[in-house]
Amino acid sequence: MSCAVNSGMYDVIVIGGGPAGLAAALAAREAGAQRVLILERDGELGGILNQCIHNGFGLHYFKEELTGPEYAGRFIARLAGTGIEVRLNTMVLDITRDRQVCAVSRQYGCQMLQSRAIVLAMGCRERTRGAIGIPGTRPAGIFTAGTAQRYVNMEGYMVGRRVLILGSGDIGLIMARRMTLEGAKVLACIEVMPYSGGLNRNIVQCLQDFDIPLYLSHTIVDIRGERRVEKAVVARVDEHRRPIPGTEIGFDCDTILLSVGLIPENELTRTAGIPLDGRTKGAYVYENMETRAPGIFACGNVVHVHDLVDYVTAESQRAGAAAARFAAGARAEGPALTVENGAGVSYTVPQAIRPAAAGKGVDIFFRVRAVYSGDLRIVAESGGAPLAAFRREHLAPGEMEHITLPKALLDKAAGSITMRIEEVHS
Amino acid sequence: MYDVAIIGCGVVGAAAAQYLARRRLRLCVLEAENDVADGTTKANSAILHAGYDPAPGTLMARLNVRGAALARELCAVLDVPRKETGSLVLAFAPEEVPHVEELYRRGLANGVEGLRILSGEEVAALEPNLAPVQAALLAPSAAIVNPWEYALALAENAVENGAELQLNCPVTGAQPLDGGGWRLHTARGEVDARFVVNAAGVAAQRVHEMAAPANFRTVPCRGEYYLLDKSAGGTVQHVIFQCPSKEGKGVLVAPTVHGNLIVGPNAEDADSTANTAQGLAQVAEKARRSVPGLDLSASIRNFAGVRANTDRGDFVIQWAAPGFLDLAGMQSPGLTAAPAVAEYAAGLLEEAGLVLAEKPAETLAVPRKKIRFRELSRSEQAALIARQPAYGRVICRCETITEGEILAACREPIPPCSIDGVKRRAGAGMGRCQGGFCSPRVLEILSRELGRSPLDIPQDKAGSFILTGRTKQAPAKGGEAQ
Repeated sequence: MSCAVNSGMYDVIVIGGGPAGLAAALAAREAGAQRVLILERDGELGGILNQCIHNGFGLHYFKEELTGPEYAGRFIARLAGTGIEVRLNTMVLDITRDRQVCAVSRQYGCQMLQSRAIVLAMGCRERTRGAIGIPGTRPAGIFTAGTAQRYVNMEGYMVGRRVLILGSGDIGLIMARRMTLEGAKVLACIEVMPYSGGLNRNIVQCLQDFDIPLYLSHTIVDIRGERRVEKAVVARVDEHRRPIPGTEIGFDCDTILLSVGLIPENELTRTAGIPLDGRTKGAYVYENMETRAPGIFACGNVVHVHDLVDYVTAESQRAGAAAARFAAGARAEGPALTVENGAGVSYTVPQAIRPAAAGKGVDIFFRVRAVYSGDLRIVAESGGAPLAAFRREHLAPGEMEHITLPKALLDKAAGSITMRIEEVHS
Repeated sequence: MYDVAIIGCGVVGAAAAQYLARRRLRLCVLEAENDVADGTTKANSAILHAGYDPAPGTLMARLNVRGAALARELCAVLDVPRKETGSLVLAFAPEEVPHVEELYRRGLANGVEGLRILSGEEVAALEPNLAPVQAALLAPSAAIVNPWEYALALAENAVENGAELQLNCPVTGAQPLDGGGWRLHTARGEVDARFVVNAAGVAAQRVHEMAAPANFRTVPCRGEYYLLDKSAGGTVQHVIFQCPSKEGKGVLVAPTVHGNLIVGPNAEDADSTANTAQGLAQVAEKARRSVPGLDLSASIRNFAGVRANTDRGDFVIQWAAPGFLDLAGMQSPGLTAAPAVAEYAAGLLEEAGLVLAEKPAETLAVPRKKIRFRELSRSEQAALIARQPAYGRVICRCETITEGEILAACREPIPPCSIDGVKRRAGAGMGRCQGGFCSPRVLEILSRELGRSPLDIPQDKAGSFILTGRTKQAPAKGGEAQ
């Protein structure tokens, strides 16, 4: 018994059956890929959307307001009749740059699969207490917001009665409302930065509507309780995010939910030797979502963390279609422009553009480093000369931005394109 | 009436139990918590020290070197992860070189083999990520180990050989019996034994005082740590120690048997396992003396442990009262010394009249062999899943721990009753997401295997409850997730 190549050649194997993987697989099939396979480690397709039972999904893509399971359900329904194969409860152990995939599951055993193209759609995971080093005891009752969401929404269990939320990322905000609706008392949401990391609509709908205070520029400096959380001590921080002595506030709580960031889950990518961008923590990608390993594409939160699933869908459709073209023998080639981060920009996706392969133009997604308001310009320039400027009135790190650079402008660029934010003072 | 009652099932109590269970005795082990290895044993540097550190002539010196040799055999027999990485004690400044030389002489006196003093260049060639040093002491026999798995394996072997383990069984008092022996009062009733072995760790002074007035004083000493992601696991290949300086004892940087990097500890008189901002900052600063480029953003967990230091400066192995033997003051190198402490203690018990007749070899339990899915070759994995499909379901994605391994842990002689109990046995939740992904799945499996409601599954010790009730619209039937 060994792990032999046993299923023939696939055109596109998609790793992950969440919103990114679903959109990529469907787009690959529509673009002509014959044999498409989705490998999903959970027992059902849909990924994290399955536990996101709140609404607000699909406003851009479907022009209506759906819950997470509804949004996923629309794509799952589209699989019927396409011939796209799905293996559930299947964990990918490794991939190689020559596009071999090793996976295991109860049903299929140890599988060694070969594909012409691969789409990485593994999503992201939550940062934990250990990553941010919160001092104090280590009792039960400290959950990442997503884990708590799973217990509450999928398993039907409450994780606490008096809750403090650290971090104002979207999942934390959503869980503030969810825990309140389930009868828990949410005491406060604590954010170390001077601005929220979540969408403004979530601040309004999940905190303000329920009178939950948001403490900006604060953090937890101590956790107490031996077996279960009994207390959290919160303090104001200075501009270097260092706690200011004397500003401590005690909260008697039995639960702390952490919403302190998401990290693209790139262990497979890393072990395959595919270069990652230290800023996004995802693979470097070209305009068609191809990584620096030819034939291996990536999309969704495994590339960079999105705040709206609609953009995950759009990005993943591009990745899936490009993977299908690669499987059919087409190659995106030509010299590449790098996309550099100028003033105020923390990252861009893609990080490189091959104008010859760019079609009519390229969408560049990015995040800014701080909150800006007023008369703002997003400037794209090359060789010191502006290519284009886009007007905005508000920019915030919690809200992903994008601009579209038409092919004609790309052709004017040489070597690199730098993206920066300019504040226009009148 | 038991022949021996051991109080405490950390690594010292477990080693004593493992040793004595192979003799024809009635033996019980009384553990206050809901699992073994749940105190200092699970929160320390995880080092099997070579033995150059203790002053020659001390119990520590003798039992360290002997313990390290016994640990090598026991880990091999009981299938406990142990890796002989060797250790380096660094001398950054010329004035630290004499200390390294002193350790070298002590090591020779203690019988440590293979010691060498390396030049700065030799150290740089061995460990390119270290700061420049003048010299370093290389001890090739130093090893890293999984301390709780070591203690668990010892305790399991004891149980399989007939030791009776009582969990959730704190001892509250002791009285001598007429005609010899002791009656112990516990949370689960009275236990009579001819001999009592006090292996209560940080609580050993309190247990001693149940039998006699204290003649040593416990000075609990907290040490704080960082555990770094596997991406940082290759930062150093050896256990890297520093010389003690006027700022105190140095901190170590070492690989772990799981492939992570451990950094710590500081030393502060405190009987608490809480982490502190100051303590962690101190550890970070000191560790960067050894590894200037240390990337603490790769931290996945902080923890703290309490050393059972005493005012004696050596292990406290003594008769508290006739028939009541203290194995106290088990500060570093207690983990290393544990099996030698057990052997030594057995000698004292024998002198006091306990008959240590060996059980016939053929009646002894066959030592455990663990299946570690991620360490198997692809073809072994395929064959295993074909035989037992539960090994095809990966529960912990960070560490590639399968349902098969968790089920096997649930069927061990000392099964887990908590999420962390599963972590200590199977490794689920040890990784970079720290159980964020697998905890709900482990909880579900544990609830099923133990036949208990998910509401009754703790994170770790009794009372560390995870779930507080059902949601408003949860399915009516108990425990079933939809």
